[in-house]
Amino acid sequence: MSIVVRRFNDGLLTLGEMAILLWEALGSLARRRLKFGDLVYQLYHIGVKSQSVVLITGAFTGMVLAAQTYLQFHKVRMDTATMAVVSVSMLSQLGPVLTGLMVAGRVGASIAAELGTMKVTEQIDALRTLATHPVDYLVLPRLAAGTIALPLLTAEAMAIGIGAGYYTTTVLLGVDPAYTWEWVLKYTVPNHMYGGLFKATVFGALIAIIACYKGLHCGEGAEGVGRATTEAVVIASISILISNFFLTLLVGRLFAP
Amino acid sequence: MIEVKDLKKSFGAQKVLDGISFKIEPGDSVVIIGGSGCGKSVLLKHLIGLIRPDSGEVIIDDEHLNAFDERRLLEVRRKFGMLFQSAALFDSLNVAENISFVLRRERQLSEKEIDQRVEEVLEMVELPGTQKKKPSELSGGMRKRVGLARAIIYKPEILLYDEPTTGLDPVVSDSIDQLIIRVREQLKITTVVVTHDTRSMRRVGQRILMMVKGKIYAAGPPEEIFASKDPVIHRFVNGISDTKESDFLT
Repeated sequence: MSIVVRRFNDGLLTLGEMAILLWEALGSLARRRLKFGDLVYQLYHIGVKSQSVVLITGAFTGMVLAAQTYLQFHKVRMDTATMAVVSVSMLSQLGPVLTGLMVAGRVGASIAAELGTMKVTEQIDALRTLATHPVDYLVLPRLAAGTIALPLLTAEAMAIGIGAGYYTTTVLLGVDPAYTWEWVLKYTVPNHMYGGLFKATVFGALIAIIACYKGLHCGEGAEGVGRATTEAVVIASISILISNFFLTLLVGRLFAP
Repeated sequence: MIEVKDLKKSFGAQKVLDGISFKIEPGDSVVIIGGSGCGKSVLLKHLIGLIRPDSGEVIIDDEHLNAFDERRLLEVRRKFGMLFQSAALFDSLNVAENISFVLRRERQLSEKEIDQRVEEVLEMVELPGTQKKKPSELSGGMRKRVGLARAIIYKPEILLYDEPTTGLDPVVSDSIDQLIIRVREQLKITTVVVTHDTRSMRRVGQRILMMVKGKIYAAGPPEEIFASKDPVIHRFVNGISDTKESDFLT
């Protein structure tokens, strides 16, 4: 029982420290400590370099979803409704969640490992002796870049997922394109996309702040860095999946027709 | 002036600093010595506010560091330069970017002026023309020199060295010692060196503070410390592990 209580307390403590780190980063943003050059550098690393993995994920998810939906819908002669399901799913759920998970794996690991290595090699202490706050130089640019890049990457995943699904449905499976498009337009509304992009923005902030926290609080040596990296990816991925449920409820209210 | 009053720090059950007090006047060159794990580096990090004490005070020019938050401490740290044991160069930046890090972030000098300052300090540490090299391309001694160049480019009032000669061969160690002395004399700055290199402490220090078990065990000029008959001091400065050795206290 005591282990459960201790784990729960540790979890609460971690959550509180992450909230403080986020608050400090927002304070740093309010004090205009964000350097444009740092932001662009991080946008390149978090956003531009994640494009290939996000595009491949989006494309094949759209294609698989289209194929699977078609196989089910074909039994009840609803072939032309296939793409409506793909479109709504990609915009409201699969686009943001899968992009978030892929970026959590690629970028979350990279941020935690980089900051963790900087910590164990005294580079973060060196930053502080050079009158530079680690939050200003390390956390804020990554948080800002994550928050900006993830909705953009998600938009790409949504577009390519729907495009690939459309290709699969109409070209590979031979469903009529005109009816397919008609159903897509009928059941897909802009709020699906707005909701998905809103969720992606939250996921971007979550990934960045969790990875930065884990990097800055990593244990000693190579083992500490390894553990911090693993924990950053696991916690960020689980946070995305759990928060997605609550965000879906929130988005349902925010973007209700 | 640096003043430390009754400084105490523990990590878990381990008491690392146990009531340390001393003063360092402007322009002094003080060497802190002691066995591995006696708390020298922890003490050094307290001086610049990288670690907060459990009790006691660190006062820099009448400013009590304990009362400051991290942002206020950043302002106090502008008075300091610090050379880390591992040099702690930023891996992702080249030599010139490492050295000019503070100047570029402050944006008070033009690119041309910054380049000129980088060139000057690289001349001072005898590494001209290495601006474009990455830290991974440098030897241990070169990394320490670059770390020192980064610490002195903004002309601090106090320079802290954390084991500057550890892991270097005797010739490179000697050149680092000479560099510490040259920087001190050229820039007229207060110097605090943590080391257990006996040759280094004799050459660099005007005053030695010896730490044992988290306390200041002895303080005085190098000649006095090296001539001491106190068994603990004698064993340490002469590197004797066994008191039965023939030259013990002879």
